[in-house]
Amino acid sequence: MTAELVRGQNHSLSQVRLEVRVSAGKPIVAGATLSDEQGKVRGVEWVAHPGAPTLPGLEVSKQAAADHRLAFDLDALPETVHRVSVLLALPSGVGGPVRFGAVAAPFVAVTGLDGSEVASYTITGLDAESAVVALELYRRQGAWKVRAVGQGYAGGLAELLTDQGLPEAQQLAGSINEAVVQGLARSVAAPPPRTPDGDRSRQAATSAPGPDQPYTGPQGSAGHVAPAPLSSSPYDAAGPQGTTAPQGSPAPDPSAVTQPAAPTAGDPINYSHPGRQTAAPPPPPPTAPPAPPGQPAQPVAGDATGWSMEERLYNQVWGMFEDLARTAAAYRSAVDFADSRMEQELDKVLSDPRSRIGGQGDAAREAAQAKHAQLVDQARAALDRDLAQLTAEADVVEPALPAAYARWDNPVWHGYRVPMEIPMALRLGDLHLPESEGLSIPMLVRLPLERGLWIDSGRAGLDGSLVDSDEVRRLAMDTAVAHAARLLAVYPAGEFTVHVIDPAGSGASSLMPLVQSGVLDGPPAAGAAGVADVLARLTQRVDLVQMAMRGGAADSLPPGFDTAEQLLIVNDFPHGFDDRAVTQLRYLADEGPAVGVHLMMVADREDAAAYGPLLDPLWRSLLRLTPVPDDHLADPWVGHAWTYEPALVPAGSQVLQQVLAQVAAARRPWNR
Amino acid sequence: MTVNMTKGQAISLQKNDGGTLTAVRMGLGWQAAPRRGLFGSRTREIDLDASAVLFADKQPVDVVFFRHLVSDDGSVRHTGDNLVGGVGQGGDDEAILVDLQRIPVHIDQIVFTVNSFTGQTFQEVQNAFCRLVDETNGQELARYTLAGGGQYTAQIMAKVHRAGAGWQMTALGTPANGRTFQDLMPAILPHL
Repeated sequence: MTAELVRGQNHSLSQVRLEVRVSAGKPIVAGATLSDEQGKVRGVEWVAHPGAPTLPGLEVSKQAAADHRLAFDLDALPETVHRVSVLLALPSGVGGPVRFGAVAAPFVAVTGLDGSEVASYTITGLDAESAVVALELYRRQGAWKVRAVGQGYAGGLAELLTDQGLPEAQQLAGSINEAVVQGLARSVAAPPPRTPDGDRSRQAATSAPGPDQPYTGPQGSAGHVAPAPLSSSPYDAAGPQGTTAPQGSPAPDPSAVTQPAAPTAGDPINYSHPGRQTAAPPPPPPTAPPAPPGQPAQPVAGDATGWSMEERLYNQVWGMFEDLARTAAAYRSAVDFADSRMEQELDKVLSDPRSRIGGQGDAAREAAQAKHAQLVDQARAALDRDLAQLTAEADVVEPALPAAYARWDNPVWHGYRVPMEIPMALRLGDLHLPESEGLSIPMLVRLPLERGLWIDSGRAGLDGSLVDSDEVRRLAMDTAVAHAARLLAVYPAGEFTVHVIDPAGSGASSLMPLVQSGVLDGPPAAGAAGVADVLARLTQRVDLVQMAMRGGAADSLPPGFDTAEQLLIVNDFPHGFDDRAVTQLRYLADEGPAVGVHLMMVADREDAAAYGPLLDPLWRSLLRLTPVPDDHLADPWVGHAWTYEPALVPAGSQVLQQVLAQVAAARRPWNR
Repeated sequence: MTVNMTKGQAISLQKNDGGTLTAVRMGLGWQAAPRRGLFGSRTREIDLDASAVLFADKQPVDVVFFRHLVSDDGSVRHTGDNLVGGVGQGGDDEAILVDLQRIPVHIDQIVFTVNSFTGQTFQEVQNAFCRLVDETNGQELARYTLAGGGQYTAQIMAKVHRAGAGWQMTALGTPANGRTFQDLMPAILPHL
């Protein structure tokens, strides 16, 4: 007969060979810790987790799953073990829920080997916790008993393990999560986490395309009067949900701590943890202090919505981008109107025969010009006011940006460490308008990349300052290397692989930093044979992952399969490409991004002119970037032409080499 | 305090304490009149649309409606199309937010219109109203009832225009016919 336990209740066990079944509805991590008489976990070898699933006497699953069966043979445990804690945790950094409050209440049951339930327990009342001790199996007078615990930890596994006295808790929690992420990455294959709501960050009531498909470029319409999604009220856009994990446990609020009642004999044991918080909403965004009346508020970095500082900064940057686009639109519209009104009035003066006599005509002309000047001055004043406000905001936001969003000259790159998580977005450069000299908006694109990049090495569209086409090609390759290095640096170790096709070896000098630091998958592929080989491998990979995903057999990818995102840099296209290779490249451009294979073309469109219009769809599908400032990007709201400036490493700076050295060192254990 | 406005009436948007309004919301609400017949529960849905046209010296410069929800300068925002009405049960079904301080300097009038996109006349609409709310504190400044609109498919509701340093609102209440604001332009021009 099953005993349905409530929190704190215990039940004696008649068998020593048991299973613990867990079901949670969402993939979770299950593990177990052993502790001695003092309730202390003696070391990492006393923790069973997906990275080390087997201990003498017990076995847990190798990966996160919605259902688990943990096997126990209590007699086989070391004599010194007095307690086994069964713990559950939500994997972080994979885009799933980050708090148990967001998933169904986990259910655990202790069963015999024949499947008969001995005791069961539903862990209710969890909220912000991301790890929980579900059950304890413990020795009492020579026999084993089970107790329903249900102790949650908002700080996740690290806090849970620390609480059990494990000195290396932090590292172990990290490595458990890594093992889980590896397992998950393998089982779901690409594409990496993206929630449907993740795109909604900043598009509440605009009919224009959202921030994730903004740069339509001059060839695409700017969505000016595009059909609006119906009922797109800003009030039902409840903000981006779960795009990033609210990392870092919120500062403990003393008032939220439950009273730690000292356990006394006879009293029921209070299982509430003294450090436990009843609820942990994400920390409030920093808000600007109230402004003195009549003055704009002092800007603060991160003054936007979001679950994490990273997301707030992302939204703030997009907010600044939109504000600048709109304030410039207001200014241009006012000036245009002033011009056309003056023109009309002057026409009227000229066509009126009376004005030719005497000073009447001159007076009317002067009046029209004065009206024009007054309106333009007013518009300019409004623009200057807004620009000053945005510049002040940029001055506080820019230094606060994380590495992925920061310029190469930002000090944050000198303190670079290989990250544990994929950032939300990546900075590809800066954007500014003619009106906003001195104020640049970081151009952030969401990760993983949704379209390939095209670094235009052609001279078309550039002014005459750079006439040497070899110089442009070299700059384009430098730009590509800077972007690729940044991508390598912001992905966790081993989760981003770069391939290079350089058929004629013309990009060798630019590629030096990548080649020398050893972060590339292999040496740049040269010649037609190299091109064919790299393309064949990536094509096969895309096909394989697609098959696995469509067949619902994401687990059955071959062993040793590299689950990292792939980037292919192609220099000098179409040199070294035959028709078959061109077709493969187009296949990669179309199908690759969805399964984690991305393209970065460094090419002059003119070189491929022989293909006629056949390649136009390829060029259109790529996000065009330039190695020198060029105004070809359109914003999603008004459609201004923005001048793009690539994010380049300052001349003479060694920051790229230093960062790549760290990336290479971090990748070595992964052998990739 | 709400002013129930009548046609042609003008109110100043100066606050009682002498300050000027900074943000106003033009709200539109309606319900379809219940239809009697074989299938009594099948009320025919009515889609009214609120639009705002921005004028500079009698020339239309920008428009905010369900296909262009934000004016280019960002000062006028539509909260989104409502196709059936009645959801608010007396609240706004569509709303247009106007940030008076951010309106470009050359824009001197904003005209608000209502159109029946599905073609029913205002006789078939129940409890239709248009109101102006101080967005900063939610206080209703003026309300204008559409009921008894007669055999018309559109109405030019009101205009907000510059008066001195501040803004003034005038109730227009002129009936017209048309599916979207474009059809109303000839009817709007005399009111500028």
